Amino acid sequence: METNTLEMARSGVADARRTVLEVRDLKTYYKTRLKEKVYAVDGVSFTLEEDKTLGIAGESGCGKSTLSLSLMGFYFPPLHYDSGSIIIGGTDIMKLGKEQLRKQILGRKIAYIPQAAMNALNPTLKIIRFIEDIMKEHRPELDKKQVRELAAERFETLNLSPKVLDAFPNELSGGMKQRTVIAISTILNPTVLIADEPTSALDVTSQKAVIKLLKDLLAKQFIKSMIFITHELPLLYHVADDIMVMYAGEIVERGTSRQIVFDPLHPYTKRLMGSIIVPEQGMKTQKLAAIPGAPPNLKQKIVGCRFADRCMYVTDACRQGKIENRTAGDRVYRCLVDPGTLKEWYANEER
Amino acid sequence: MKSADVLLSGRNVTKVFGYGKNRKTAVQDVSFDFHEGEIVSIVGESGSGKTTLAKILLGLLKETSGEILYRGQPRRLKRHADRKKYWKDIQAIFQDPFSSFNVFYKVEKLLLDCIKLQGLKVSEEKRLEMMKDACSFVNLKFEELHNKYPFELSGGQMQRLMIARIFMLHPKILIADEPTSMIDACSRSTILDMLLKLRDANNMTIIFITHDVGLAYYVSDTIYIMEKGRFVESGPADEVILHPKHPYTKQLISDVPKIHEKWDLAI
Repeated sequence: METNTLEMARSGVADARRTVLEVRDLKTYYKTRLKEKVYAVDGVSFTLEEDKTLGIAGESGCGKSTLSLSLMGFYFPPLHYDSGSIIIGGTDIMKLGKEQLRKQILGRKIAYIPQAAMNALNPTLKIIRFIEDIMKEHRPELDKKQVRELAAERFETLNLSPKVLDAFPNELSGGMKQRTVIAISTILNPTVLIADEPTSALDVTSQKAVIKLLKDLLAKQFIKSMIFITHELPLLYHVADDIMVMYAGEIVERGTSRQIVFDPLHPYTKRLMGSIIVPEQGMKTQKLAAIPGAPPNLKQKIVGCRFADRCMYVTDACRQGKIENRTAGDRVYRCLVDPGTLKEWYANEER
Repeated sequence: MKSADVLLSGRNVTKVFGYGKNRKTAVQDVSFDFHEGEIVSIVGESGSGKTTLAKILLGLLKETSGEILYRGQPRRLKRHADRKKYWKDIQAIFQDPFSSFNVFYKVEKLLLDCIKLQGLKVSEEKRLEMMKDACSFVNLKFEELHNKYPFELSGGQMQRLMIARIFMLHPKILIADEPTSMIDACSRSTILDMLLKLRDANNMTIIFITHDVGLAYYVSDTIYIMEKGRFVESGPADEVILHPKHPYTKQLISDVPKIHEKWDLAI
């Protein structure tokens, strides 16, 4: 990370934010029983800056979770790595061995919270034991008393009661367990935290508490930046600074959360926004628009735009050749049509 | 909606679990009237007693006190024949589509069972036609699915298959206990549209049990807000959501992230 700062200083970019994570053309695939390769992440590139929250949106089966597993170097069959690089703080983690990855990167540089994180807690162990376990591996110089002090202090700062440390997992409610797991997994101050649907199993009140905790972690600099994956768009709108929309293993659009929600460019993003349900005036009269069909089967090689089969504006040109990313001002999207025409179409729809 | 007949109603229904020190009141003194063709939502956070109430309505749990009236008569579930008759009129969709089906049966058999349950004696072609109808109602292709096992389908597809079964059984009341909480936002709108279509087709009463205030507002005519086993507020959806009176309702609505309003994390 130090070299990174130096480089920045040298190039004279003083106000540019530091990049904490850079992914270049990442490709990962699942191997089926018939030895076919199914590319669930197909040529994904993006950067993540310090102090930022990057949201990833998309339907189920679009590769969101596979992407998050790939980012951590979690390649267990049937998931395999094909090509591309993942650079965290100057090191390409794909060049490291399994053991190095576990010791140097996981937990320290990159931490992960899965959807049912609370199920990860062994019901026969007290919460403090999980923290001791992490410390034994990563900070062996600390003794038990110091670990407890450190943990209690951290829990206190995050508005969690230190009493939780001596509780068994089954004594805690679902939301509390989820928050505890988040506190445990960020105890080594990782650079990037990947939260994969951390609130889907919780009700709105616990969801708010979890989001508050995540924002708190960012504000108090315990984590540098966050990747937040969810299909719940109103939530993503409030949590993320930038949103990437994923479809069939590709990033189809990236923009600020305001742009994505109120001014989408890619037809898929536009359709996705049609499924938002919020308790606001006018919601009742609004017609929910579901996207017809399902995401394509990636076993077959798709020529042209992957969304073509479900897009209402599809033309013959969409089905030919590779669709390249297109830039419009500060935004990137993957469609053949220019932004002006797209906006005109969407305006017509509303009429 | 108000002029329609009252189909299911409860008077001071209470459910208590445990005895002595461990006594826990899950549902306390609730009264309600559900009308024919009405969509009702029962909204509350986890542990507020929503699912207990749903189970009481389904007849899976017995209420500790109070009574439940079905079509104006006290509900009788003592004898097996009574229960069978009641369950012909009331059906449910549960939260977890992955555990709603028998994994050893193929989709064809699952749908065929719906016809057998009703005791219909119909020809082979007619049966096939009924199953195809039900599948096309929920935008599934029977030809592609009939030879598959439930675990080969996605969550959204399974939940839709569940709706196809309900379509074949045409019950009077449907209890949907968090039907969309385990599927993504896109399939959610498909499922909701189908349930609304089902209501229009069969004039069915749908009771949504959910913690998603936005969803409850979108689908329902009447909303009941539940806190710690009691109904704290009820009324037409517009009134309850846009002009909440009870502090708990206000809290619940402020907890939901919205698009056009600021989401205040401080409260």
